[in-house]
Amino acid sequence: MTAAFVAGADASSEVPLKRRLKRAERTRRLKALALILPLLLFLLFTFLGPIAGMLWRSVDDWEVRQVLPHTVAALADWDGKDVPGEPAFAALAGDIRTARDAGTVAIASKRLNYALNGFRTIMAGTARNLKTLPEPGTAKDTLIGINPAWGERATWAAIKGASGPLTSFYLLGALDLTRNVDGAIVAAPEEQAIYRDVFGRTFTISFGVTALCLILGFPVAYMLATLPTGQSNLLMIFVLLPFWTSLLVRTCAWIVVLQSEGIVNDSLRWIGLIDEPLRLIYNRFGVYVAMTHVLLPFMILPLYSSMRSISPAYMRAAASLGASPVTAFLRIYLPQTVPGIGAGSLLVFILAIGYYITPALVGGAADQMISYFIAFYTTETVNWGLASALGAVLLLATLLLAVVYGKLVHGQQVTGGMKN
Amino acid sequence: MSDNHAPRTASQRIAWITTVVVASLVLVFLMAPILAIMPLSFSSGSYLTYPLPGLSLRWYEDFLNSPRWVSSLKNSVIIGVASTILSMVLGTLASLGLAQWKSKFKPLVLAIVLSPVVVPGVITAVGLYFFFAPLGLTGSYAGLILAHTALSTPFVVITVSATLQSFDMNLARAAASLGASPLYAFRRVILPLILPGLASGALFAFATSFDEVVVVLFMAGPEQRTLPREMFSGIRENISPTITAAAVILTTISVILLATLEALRRRNERLKGNLR
Repeated sequence: MTAAFVAGADASSEVPLKRRLKRAERTRRLKALALILPLLLFLLFTFLGPIAGMLWRSVDDWEVRQVLPHTVAALADWDGKDVPGEPAFAALAGDIRTARDAGTVAIASKRLNYALNGFRTIMAGTARNLKTLPEPGTAKDTLIGINPAWGERATWAAIKGASGPLTSFYLLGALDLTRNVDGAIVAAPEEQAIYRDVFGRTFTISFGVTALCLILGFPVAYMLATLPTGQSNLLMIFVLLPFWTSLLVRTCAWIVVLQSEGIVNDSLRWIGLIDEPLRLIYNRFGVYVAMTHVLLPFMILPLYSSMRSISPAYMRAAASLGASPVTAFLRIYLPQTVPGIGAGSLLVFILAIGYYITPALVGGAADQMISYFIAFYTTETVNWGLASALGAVLLLATLLLAVVYGKLVHGQQVTGGMKN
Repeated sequence: MSDNHAPRTASQRIAWITTVVVASLVLVFLMAPILAIMPLSFSSGSYLTYPLPGLSLRWYEDFLNSPRWVSSLKNSVIIGVASTILSMVLGTLASLGLAQWKSKFKPLVLAIVLSPVVVPGVITAVGLYFFFAPLGLTGSYAGLILAHTALSTPFVVITVSATLQSFDMNLARAAASLGASPLYAFRRVILPLILPGLASGALFAFATSFDEVVVVLFMAGPEQRTLPREMFSGIRENISPTITAAAVILTTISVILLATLEALRRRNERLKGNLR
């Protein structure tokens, strides 16, 4: 009784207050959301939408479906075990005639040519030679008569494989895989299988650049963190000025410095070390030098900030307990810089795998990274499906690394907060 | 700091000297190419080699007399300023919202807002190219300004959010308790205090747009070519001394931006020091 009474009294006096609080809280939240919303909508239009569109293109397969609709329908139930029957041939003949009049044969044959080399010729020849629609019942003989390829299972499998609406063709292609006549996933033919090499090269260069940045950046960060503030601020200009200098200026500068008539070659010749100019640019060496130069500040700055927070008392304590300088460095100092090393290395690696401009300008044909191929298939050969699929793989790699980076940096902030 | 780290034993001293020597060499590596290219722009000859045959400003004249270079500089400034204004408005509003928004979705929203920094330039550029072409936004100033805004806003959000974090919200509450409307409180109390942070954000945004080239490569028509874009094709074809003059102009602008930023940072630290 008493309990119920008390509860009732509580309820009558508290509920309005609670509700008021809740309402105030809600308005606050809505106001905050209203401030964030414009940017989110803007990014939806200028960033998320475009990237989603690119991802969609990597699985979208519309060309054959649009140009050869009846063929696609006729092949829907085809089991792929033998060459399809007369109805499929009739549908194809009809579709090709229509496409020829509409001028859309090239759209389909471009897509089919990706699936089966030489398909463009088959399509063009058939469209040219198919003067009239074949008599009912003779479509198969007519088409095989024009090009014997129509009597092969692989030709039809290519059409069936490209029927859409969705395809794994480009994504598999980006990983050097393909489907064989029976639809099983197999390794792509050797002359087409280049992307694993490209990804491998991208990761090798990025890893090399990250390692170089770490090796070169560590002593700089250590010196800057150890020197008195005034001196280190002054030396910091040597890091920040290149960091702020345009990427194009820095790349251009390296070309000027490293070219065969450049400063390095001239000096080496003047000293008498070499007679012939060394090839220092438009090759892998140039890529490593220029990329390391561009990305080094991204290593130095996180390392510096992690070293700044290490108290020198630890090292003194280690020394007073009898540790040799080397032991103290390896066992006490180095472990404390690991978060900085991790953050800097991940950041440099993430930035490196997406690099385009520097390798494009200072690398040779064999030094181009994945970004180059994405750009190439977008603007040069207009194979947007493959460009998008390669982009999807690169994006996935970047996002995975970024999540790890986010966790690492976040953890660092947490420990930093605990220290204070 | 220096006393605490001061080398004590001979081996420590050797280790420290080695570090300083190696680190200095790396610092030289960082600065050398930029310093090496500058004098070449003042050369009176047309070869990019030392020693310089003589000094002249002919390559700067060449730059200023070339409609291509001048219009690219103009484009860079137009696109840079427009995208800075747009990203400042969107970024500052979002930072103010994020500062008072408590939700489990906050990390996700933050990740989305910051993602344009992480995603490789080529992916953004290709996506925008596909997305903007049917809308008629490729080959237009509007398209480039929108794209550059998306790329610059994360830097605005990072900088302004950092400033807001050190801002004492009690000041806004005090203003409200004294009868100021939220807008008035923002204009007269919050804004003046976070202004240096906003200025840094604007500098970052401008620098991002001013240095961007991948998106421009995909999206710009001949009318919208920016200074980095012009340099890109110049480097591809044949590096002329005019490019080195352009490089010096670009670097000078970077130095001005950096110096302003540094001045803002110093001022901020001084103010913090005074408060303590």
